Amino acid sequence: MADIPLTHIQTETMPAGLKGIAADLSSDQQAFKNVSWGKAMIWIFLLSDTFVFSCFLIAYMTARMSTSVPWPNPSEVFALEIGGVTLPLLLIAIMTFVLISSSGTMAMAVNYAYRRDRRTTAILMLVTALLGAAFVGMQAFEWTKLIHEGVRPWENPWGAAQFGSAFFMITGFHGTHVTFGVIFLLIVARKVWRGDFDREAKGFFTSRKGRYEAVEIMGLYWHFVDLVWVFIFAFFYLW
Amino acid sequence: MTEIPLGPGGMSADVEDVELYHPHSWITKYVFAQDAKVIAIQYSLVALGVGLIALVLSWLMRLQLGFPGVFEFIDADRYYQLITMHGMMMVVYVLTALFLGGFGNYLIPLMVGARDMVFPYVNMLSFWVYFLAVLILVASFFAPGGPTGAGWTLYPPQAILAGTPGQEWGIVLMLVSLIVFIIGFTMGGLNYVVTVLQGRARGMTLMRMPLTVWGIFTASVMALLAFPALFVGAVMMLFDKLLGTSFFMPTLYSMGEQLKYGGGSPLLFQHLFWFFGHPEVYIVALPAFGIVSDLISVHARRNIFGYRMMVWAIIAIGALSFVVWAHHMYVSGMNPYFGFFFATTTLIIAIPTAIKVYNWVLTLWRGDIHLRTPMLFALAFIVTFVNGGLTGLFLGNVVVDVPLSDTMFVVAHFHMVMGVAPILVIFGAIYHWYPKVTGRLLDETLGKIHFWITFLGAYAIFFPMHYLGLMGVPRRYHEMLESTTYPASAHQLNIFITIAALIVGAAQFMFVFNLAWSLFRGREADGNPWGAASLEWQTPETPPPHGNWGPHVPVVYRWAYDYNVPGAARDFIPQNEPPPAVVAMQGHSP
Ligand code: HEM
Ligand SMILES: [Cu+2]
Repeated sequence: MADIPLTHIQTETMPAGLKGIAADLSSDQQAFKNVSWGKAMIWIFLLSDTFVFSCFLIAYMTARMSTSVPWPNPSEVFALEIGGVTLPLLLIAIMTFVLISSSGTMAMAVNYAYRRDRRTTAILMLVTALLGAAFVGMQAFEWTKLIHEGVRPWENPWGAAQFGSAFFMITGFHGTHVTFGVIFLLIVARKVWRGDFDREAKGFFTSRKGRYEAVEIMGLYWHFVDLVWVFIFAFFYLW
Repeated sequence: MTEIPLGPGGMSADVEDVELYHPHSWITKYVFAQDAKVIAIQYSLVALGVGLIALVLSWLMRLQLGFPGVFEFIDADRYYQLITMHGMMMVVYVLTALFLGGFGNYLIPLMVGARDMVFPYVNMLSFWVYFLAVLILVASFFAPGGPTGAGWTLYPPQAILAGTPGQEWGIVLMLVSLIVFIIGFTMGGLNYVVTVLQGRARGMTLMRMPLTVWGIFTASVMALLAFPALFVGAVMMLFDKLLGTSFFMPTLYSMGEQLKYGGGSPLLFQHLFWFFGHPEVYIVALPAFGIVSDLISVHARRNIFGYRMMVWAIIAIGALSFVVWAHHMYVSGMNPYFGFFFATTTLIIAIPTAIKVYNWVLTLWRGDIHLRTPMLFALAFIVTFVNGGLTGLFLGNVVVDVPLSDTMFVVAHFHMVMGVAPILVIFGAIYHWYPKVTGRLLDETLGKIHFWITFLGAYAIFFPMHYLGLMGVPRRYHEMLESTTYPASAHQLNIFITIAALIVGAAQFMFVFNLAWSLFRGREADGNPWGAASLEWQTPETPPPHGNWGPHVPVVYRWAYDYNVPGAARDFIPQNEPPPAVVAMQGHSP
């Protein structure tokens, strides 16, 4: 096998520093060496999705800053009364804790997937899915509670109508992301459990070989959904 | 990094080879196809179909403007519906779909030396979701109350209130269709971007890619970042309409009664819309820039002048176009300092754009210009684009824009720059690549007739509109009424424009005929009829089969613009032709 120069850049004149980075990025075949197609795809998708959530959040902030009617106080609205004591943001705190923990179990699942430990990976993914489902469940509880208290997308008893609109829209959109995540977690967990990735079984729709990488891609999505929640938490509940 | 070991047969070693999906039946081969080339043709045909509908709508509008009162069914409401559907269809469902879904799918894998897009299944979904979006949009013609007449900008509050035609169903279908379109586009866009970034052939560095790929790639990235704003705007307006939220709706009185809305911000929608809307202009312009560079270089037998500059200009334009959006809102009421900021950024974009124009002209300089149909369209593009760009400089300045805003001057400007100019490129590109897609050339005589009617006709239609605009004739008005504000010349011009529009429109049907006729009767072409250097012309078979390259993916040794290289055997050197040193090492000639 002969070594054949394919580019006019010579090793001795390989640029250093920023130029070197540019040269590496623009070299042949792959801009990001050893990043698989699947991972490149999910990263770019998440970038696009970041813009979606940013637009939602910025729109909400604009609405909140420009209404002439006072904005309801989140620490009162989102408080739970337990045994006569009002605990502000209790439910949200639990939800946040649950979701962040699920990121932990997800990260462990990815780790075990690369060790080809089928059982542990599948179990950890199931736990992640369960935590995710618990999050969605608590969110449903919160929605129900607020709806009982008279919050509607178009009005609420305490102030600016945009409060309800933004609340349902943003948490709903995020909740949908979590729900899809749970569904896909279950699908991938099942594949791991059955050993599809060890056998490189072809996907039902895509007819591509299954790989353990799917677990990591799933993980990237899950961490993203988690990260977005942190921003929603900060801007919607803490502000 | 420079010494790249070559596997036997020149196959790449470290990039995953696509696991191609092999269709088993007619349905999986041509209907639910996963081959990017088939998907490209599906996209193109649907987009061209929508284009013909939008063209007919423009005829109706022109008939009303030229002969007000003669066509009684075109009342003010109907006119609004016509402009809205015409505008939205042209911008989103024709140009975006055609450049990215059509040309992107066909050209990216072939030009970068890939066997297919990286995710063929998702790519297939992308087309069908797009098709669904088109169906929803077209369905609004048949909905009670008809399609929406809110203008293609869909500005609230009026878009969803009584008094605007189509406020019952039309606007809902429009918003849903846009949301569906964006989902479909995202699936495709991810494919285009990842294929360019991660799926190229051996030796295909980024700086060896044809400018067409650069243009489509940058536009896809931009679309992935700009469409989210429209998505969010559409979702919120849908809630305003269906759930009665007031994101965009201020306190309103209608017929003396206060509406249920209050406290929202119509300006917020405008920001979301134009954060998408301005980049959208470049989403259709950048692929056109790229394609035109390649057409000019091939048909002038000259390497593109300043390739690196061209690439950086594309990237700079793409980046800058995200910070100029509010130049569409000078008259919406904003802080004067914002106007100052957005005017400045807008004018800065003119710099990389002008660089591109100079480079095209310098490429032509002393070129061996062949005035074949694709080249004619490419040259016409340059002229038209410069024309539209110059009026853009006027409109970019706040003080000039304020009196010209919402006049026919604006209509003239954007039709030149984002209507006519990209369409000319699309025609040129179809004439150029048709032989690769079908193995036959489009008829040259019909092509030249088509060109001259379209090019001169477009000027006949849109040039006088500058004048109308300067006289203050407003846009989106279905007639000038009995008003004596406008001189008789304005009315006569309107008749002239209408007649020109009818002729130009009719010429497009001739083009469609040419497409169909040449498919069976056109002159047969060999694999590389123009003697072009880029990879898509070097496929072993034409039309390229599933998998594009036969057993061996090509290896790339040079950029796409080696024309008339001194000492070379032919007047072009294909990108995959090895230099003599390599031939000597491999012990066989190519
Ligand atoms: C034969 C070609 C065409 C003709 C005769 C034509 C004619 C017209 C007319 C008469 C209007 C309405 C002007 C008004 O009263 O405000 C209009 C609006 C518009 N056209 Fe075209 N057009 C053509 C092609 C295109 C193309 C290729 C595009 C693609 C970008 C396009 C995009 C638009 C847009 C965005 C609007 C604005 C709609 C609105 O105001 O909401 N048109 N066109
Ligand atoms: Cu703009």
